[in-house]
Amino acid sequence: MDWSYTIWIPLLPLIGFLIIGFVGRKLPYPVPGLIGTTGIFGALVLSYITAYRYFFVANTAGSFEPIKGVEMLWMTFSDKLHFNMGVLLDPISVMMLVVVTTVSFLVHLYSIGYMKGDPGFGRFFTFLSLFTFSMLGLVVATNLFQIYFFWELVGVSSYLLIGFYYEKPSAILASKKAFIVTRFADFFFLIGILVISYYTGTFDFLTLNGMSESTLASVGSASFMGMSVLALGLTLAFIGGAGKSAMFPLHIWLPDAMEGPTPVSALIHAATMVVAGVFLVARLFPMYYHVDGGSVLHIIAFVGATSSLIAAIIATTQMDIKRVLAFSTMSQIGYMMLALGVSGYEGHHGLGYTASMFHLFTHAFFKSLLFLGAGSIIHAVHSNYMTKMGGLRKYMPITHITFLLAALAIAGIPPFAGFFSKDAILDAAYMHNKIYFWIGWFVAGLTAFYMFRLYFRIFWYEDREYHHTPHESPLTMTLPLMILAVLSVVAGFVFFYFLPFGTYITPTGEEFHMHIDYFLAGISVLVGIVGIVIAWIMYFKKNDKAEKVAKAFGAFYKWTYNKFYIDEIYMFVTKKIMFGIISAGWMWFDTYIVDGSMNLIGNTTVKTSHALKKIQSGKLQDYVYGVVLGVVALAVIFIYIWTR
Amino acid sequence: MFYILAAVILIFSFLAVTSRKVMRATVYLLFVLLATAGLYFIIDYNFMAGIQLIVYAGGIVALIVFAVMLTERIGDKIEGPSTMQMILAALVSVIGAGVTISVLLGHNFKQASQDVGQDVSRIGENLLNYGDGGYVLPFEVVSILLLASMIAAIVVAKRKFEN
Amino acid sequence: MIQGIGVTDFFIISTLMFFMGVYGFITRKNLITILIAIELILNAVAINFVIINKYLYPEGLHGQIFSIFIIAVAAAEVAIAIAIVIDFYRTHKSVSVEEGEMMKY
Repeated sequence: MDWSYTIWIPLLPLIGFLIIGFVGRKLPYPVPGLIGTTGIFGALVLSYITAYRYFFVANTAGSFEPIKGVEMLWMTFSDKLHFNMGVLLDPISVMMLVVVTTVSFLVHLYSIGYMKGDPGFGRFFTFLSLFTFSMLGLVVATNLFQIYFFWELVGVSSYLLIGFYYEKPSAILASKKAFIVTRFADFFFLIGILVISYYTGTFDFLTLNGMSESTLASVGSASFMGMSVLALGLTLAFIGGAGKSAMFPLHIWLPDAMEGPTPVSALIHAATMVVAGVFLVARLFPMYYHVDGGSVLHIIAFVGATSSLIAAIIATTQMDIKRVLAFSTMSQIGYMMLALGVSGYEGHHGLGYTASMFHLFTHAFFKSLLFLGAGSIIHAVHSNYMTKMGGLRKYMPITHITFLLAALAIAGIPPFAGFFSKDAILDAAYMHNKIYFWIGWFVAGLTAFYMFRLYFRIFWYEDREYHHTPHESPLTMTLPLMILAVLSVVAGFVFFYFLPFGTYITPTGEEFHMHIDYFLAGISVLVGIVGIVIAWIMYFKKNDKAEKVAKAFGAFYKWTYNKFYIDEIYMFVTKKIMFGIISAGWMWFDTYIVDGSMNLIGNTTVKTSHALKKIQSGKLQDYVYGVVLGVVALAVIFIYIWTR
Repeated sequence: MFYILAAVILIFSFLAVTSRKVMRATVYLLFVLLATAGLYFIIDYNFMAGIQLIVYAGGIVALIVFAVMLTERIGDKIEGPSTMQMILAALVSVIGAGVTISVLLGHNFKQASQDVGQDVSRIGENLLNYGDGGYVLPFEVVSILLLASMIAAIVVAKRKFEN
Repeated sequence: MIQGIGVTDFFIISTLMFFMGVYGFITRKNLITILIAIELILNAVAINFVIINKYLYPEGLHGQIFSIFIIAVAAAEVAIAIAIVIDFYRTHKSVSVEEGEMMKY
């Protein structure tokens, strides 16, 4: 079958980026938005066609073979070292294509309404198209080099979009922080890529994933600090993924990234970019599983569980809507990493992998719905803080209902989407390690609690008077909300019963049947309901129970409210230790010697010219003197000194 | 005769460039020009000598005298140059002169043997000659130059109208 | 031809006059005295032309004609120079060359 059209999936947004960037930025109101949306819509249609063909036509259920849609040689350095670019179609990349294009399309539609009146309207859509291009290029990457290339591009797009309101100093700082933290993580990723490719001799994913266990063991037999080198390489690659996915302790950029416009948060920091780390682990999953007996997977599971727990705790105390949602994202991604970490490989043991991808799929929908809904609320109330809201259900019915549906989904209440995916994760965790299960169970309860704390506080709590009455958002903003709400409701059971994920997305490509363990499902739903009830008691009507509880927790509350002071620790280490002590010597050298020599050259030039300018005395006689002197000197030289 | 004229030229030109009073310098210049005319006379170039006397000694020195009278009090002493300047300038001049003279002395000039007489009519013919070796073009150009300089002098020197 | 005087002697005179004019030009402070020095230079050149014509190439007349032109040009130049000096005096109330330093750095 011919798959070469798939190259257009990432290229259409790229063309959109170029057109809007060069031509369209100053065009009148909706035109840049329409150009961007059309580009994404084209990519969306092509992705859906590809998904249909891949899953239903080209392969039979039971064995999904990866296909290289397109591959071309990009750069050659020598015989052995060359970089390719191409499109790799396999179950997870096709799924990601569908997710990324759907969410991006809906965000584009939403932004046409949300960003109306903003002077940077055209610039926004330029960057959105650039981001979509980079993300699509990332998910269809055929080799480590291409994924790194697009990884960095995604980081740049994120930087541009977070710093969109470039006149706000806090936005600039946030975009710098995001870029620097992820870049720092990507440094380790790069080393990991180099290590892996050096020892295995290839960058290509299909080759890497196809290596048998014995090959991997022999290739990676060199040992470094107690780990085999390949395991080390994979861990380093995971660190890069952890940075991009905001895992502890590289999560500090994610809350600050909320300085960007809300559609950006919905697209990038909820549904697509932050799952890039999860995607990377899933992409290299056969290697992760086979190398060194899967030791790296233990690290991944630990990091995922820890991040999930810490983020959920912090989220319960935050007052800014977007910060709550940011920590919620971190927590859910922790779930995904945890699921990958506890996953096995063959048959039913691969449940973790499937559950992780399933959760990625459903999370994209309800999280972006939550963010877009938050955007709608912020747009109406002109404030980010829950403390300035209450009783909004009367003014914004559509936003209210969709937000409620998303909150139910994320809390894991059946039959909404989140229930099925979260349950699958908890199932996988239970099979592997009971501690992780109980942590995940507790986090589920916390998730329900802080989500409904948010919901009740905004839409119920008290009937406030607003300076100007909030009104429901225009159709271009509510339509995506409604579509996403539908998806959040049905995506779960549709993709569990009718198009089960277990058939399509598994580590080996062979299907297995996912089923619900009623006992585990029961206790997780129960803890979710308990969370909702507690939130209802505290936040349904205006009361002071919340303050009392906060006081009861005392110092712990304060720590949690300040996000465990992790940002402060980073600042201390960077400013005092790194800048003050470690780099002080270099700074001195740089300031005085490198800079000094440059200044010396400059100053010398200036002083010389000061001295030389006295020649220009303005007196004719001096000039004539110079001329005569020159002539006489030349005469002397030619006649006496330079004899033929 | 030649040596007297040569001495006059050299002494008075030296005095002209080192004198402290402007009027005296002008007069010394006049003497130099007269002596040059004398030099022309003794080599039998009468027309040249005549031109020299009329235009140079008569016209130009008169102009300079007018300028002196129009611009400052004649009797004042003008200040001399600083010593440093004098030494530098003297150095350059002396070296230049030395170089030139040594080259000149070292060169064998082929002196023509015959003595061809000069007619004023020949000068006139050559000046207005169209053919080979004629100088009619420079002649015309010089006349335009003189016209231009007259106009320029009038324009530059006239009193500007206040308005 | 003058007996006993070689052409070189004439050249020495004109050279010395020329370099004294150069010295005077560089050294003097009064605009008019500079003009005088310029006249010396021009005169020396004219002598040179005439002497070469007389002693080395007596058949043609080119040296004399050239000298005529030199004298004509010198006259024109002096006229304009005097006009400029007068204007300069009007604006600066002095003819010292130090006043003319306006084009300095």
